[in-house]
Parts: sequence; structure tokens; C-alpha cells
Amino acid sequence: MFKDIEHLVRLAAVIVIALVAFIAIRAAVVPKTFGEYGHYRAASLDDIAARPISFAGHDVCEACHTDVVDQKKLGRHIAVPCEACHGAQARHADDPASVKPPKLDTAVVCARCHEANSAKPKTFPQVVTAESPATPAINRIGPGSKLKRRQETQRQVRKGRGKWTSHAVISSCSCHPQL
Amino acid sequence: MDLTRRHLLLLLPSAAVAWKYVLAGTPEAAPNYHRTDHWWGMLIDIPKCIGCGSCVRACAEENDVPDGFFRTWIERYHVADWKIERPQVESPNGGKQGFPPGQESGGKNFFVPKLCNHCEDSPCTQVCPVGATFVSPDGVVLVDKSYCLGCRYCVQACPYGCRFINPKTNTAEKCTLCYHRITKGLTTACCEVCPTGARQLADLKNPKDPIHEFLRTHTVQILKPHMATGAKVFYNGMDGSVR
Repeated sequence: MFKDIEHLVRLAAVIVIALVAFIAIRAAVVPKTFGEYGHYRAASLDDIAARPISFAGHDVCEACHTDVVDQKKLGRHIAVPCEACHGAQARHADDPASVKPPKLDTAVVCARCHEANSAKPKTFPQVVTAESPATPAINRIGPGSKLKRRQETQRQVRKGRGKWTSHAVISSCSCHPQL
Repeated sequence: MDLTRRHLLLLLPSAAVAWKYVLAGTPEAAPNYHRTDHWWGMLIDIPKCIGCGSCVRACAEENDVPDGFFRTWIERYHVADWKIERPQVESPNGGKQGFPPGQESGGKNFFVPKLCNHCEDSPCTQVCPVGATFVSPDGVVLVDKSYCLGCRYCVQACPYGCRFINPKTNTAEKCTLCYHRITKGLTTACCEVCPTGARQLADLKNPKDPIHEFLRTHTVQILKPHMATGAKVFYNGMDGSVR
């Protein structure tokens, strides 16, 4: 009955070798965690989550700068998060002693939000800085004079007509100390 | 050592705590974050957006987005009177430096911030031939850049134009909903810096999240609902002209 079995054995051997090769190659090629949650590499979730942060978050700022929180409460910018104006400060939060955030130029920072635009909500306070009487003449030259504008702002600050980042001022712009 | 009943009772709770950490993966990476407890989305309140571009700048800084490419951007719409089907849309440099004042007279103008909609049934993940992009267990559409071939199928498949090929890595890139932040209990960079609160991160699985109350009480839309993508970025006060 099993007289001519040899060719079947050979065929079976080929199939077994192919199967072993397939399993070996698959184990080597497919990443370890592939398929754990779905058709992707589960370890990539941890890879993506491991990225360091740049923005510390206002809770972290407020943990130390409690005086600023109190000052902010007096003004209208109470709900504006710190890093909206001050930029990413995670490095400062990690090492407050050696990493100091740069001083802000209120002429630039205020205009970022309050420069007039017909698409802004009508109830939002807006100003055309180029036409604003409170703007020093040098600011009205227009674009391309950022350096001059900064120098002029610094001059105003030295004269005591503006303040840098005191958050009593954040209740308004240095150009409008009356606000 | 003889294991008495007293010893066993002392050992069991500590073993249970240890096992919890084993299940959570590396404890340093995510001490208290359980992926299946969340289902992330975002709320965008269009009447609050002032087009300042803070979100675009913050996103670029937080995620090292190359110049000229955007994971989030702002569009300025101008709809002339009744021409709702033909709005004029502009987005100079993605709104990164804000917007020029606008010279149009009449009609209406408004800003629309855009980003990945983190669709439940996302067209982009369905076309990926290698499983490099996927919907995470917490509902965020992510790209595994070490596995991406850069074949660009997903870039074409996204109906919202939210993907691009990073010229440095030659792999697909998109908004991760700041996955590295939300898994640490922080909000996204764009929501963190939004001065008017026009963007808010929403956890749809958390019954205490204010999103549920908001969705109940406001007229909220998603982009391109006819595509049935299950978009999870909700727009409040969105005009019908927005595409």
C-alpha cells in the first residue's frame, strides 16, 4: 500500500521547510508588538508619547508665580494663559535658575491679538496700531521697522512711560497705561 | 520559609499593585494614564477665534513642524452676501503670523482653525498598506514614523488635507493631538496657548468633561459630515460656507 510513498515524503519535507522558513522570516521581520492592539506597532504609542514637551502649561507657571496670578485677577486677561504671550517655557519650568524667559515687547505682543481685523468677533477689543494716537510716531513707519520700534519702546520704558512685563500692565498695553 | 496565611495576606495587595504597573507598561512613561479610559476630540468655538495664530506657532514649536507645513492652520473666510457656495478663503502662511486686516466690504468674515479631525472611521488609516498609521485605543490618529514608507496614500486619502510628507524624514506627518502631552495629563499646545479659549481639548469618554454639556446646548457641526468619517473635532457656530 505504501510502496511509492517516497515522493509524498519529499513533498512533505518541502512543505515543512517552507513553513519553518516562513515562520522564521516572519518572526524576524514583523516588529515585536505589531498586532497587540490592532494592525500597527503597539510600541509606537510609547515612542510618540515619549516626546519631550515645550509648553509647560499654565498650572505649572501658576504654582510658582502666585503673585502674577493675583495681579492677573485684577485685569481683563485673567483667562489668557501665560504661554500665550510668553511662549514655550517648559525649559524655564525645569530649570528656573538658569533658563530665563526673554522680556516681552508689549507693542508686539498686544498687537498680535488686538490688531484690528474685520474677521475678528465684533465684541473683541481691536485697534489699528498704525493709526493709534498712543503709538509713537516711529511705529507708524510701517512694516520693516521692527528694530526701530523695539528701540523706541525701550526708550519709552527708560523714560518710565511704559513697563515691561509687570502684570498690572498686562491688564492693558504699555501704550495705554490708563486702561 | 513557611508561607503562612498571614504572610500570604500581606503579600497579595502588594502583588496586585505591582501587577497594575506591569499592565500599564513602563511606569515612568505613563504612571496613571490608561488608554482605554479616554476618547479624545476637540471643540472649536468659531465666534471666539481672533485669528492671532498663537495655535499655529505653538504647534510648530511643540512638534518641530518644518516651515511651510502645518499640523494646524487658520483659514480666513469672506462670504459675499448670499454667495455661500463660493467663499473666499485665505490662509497666508497658515495664519502663523496673523492676518492682514482685510479690505472686503459687505458680506461676512470669520476665522476657522483647522486640524486633523481624528476620525473614528478615518480614511487615511484605511489606505495605509503597512499599518504605519492607526487609530490609537484612546481615539487619536497617529503615524508610526519608524514604520512609514512615505508612499503618500494617506496624504491623498485625507478629505481634510491634514497630512503632509515631512521633507526631512520623508514620512507622513500629521497632528498627534499632542499625544505626548495628553498622556501626561496636559492639554494640547494649541489649546494651551489659545488666548480666548476658542480651542478646547475634549475627552468624550469622561462623563465629567464639559464637552457633553456644550454639545447638548449648542448648534455644533463637524466638517464634511457627508464623508461619514466620524470626525471628532466639533465646530460651534460654523457657517455653512465652511468646507
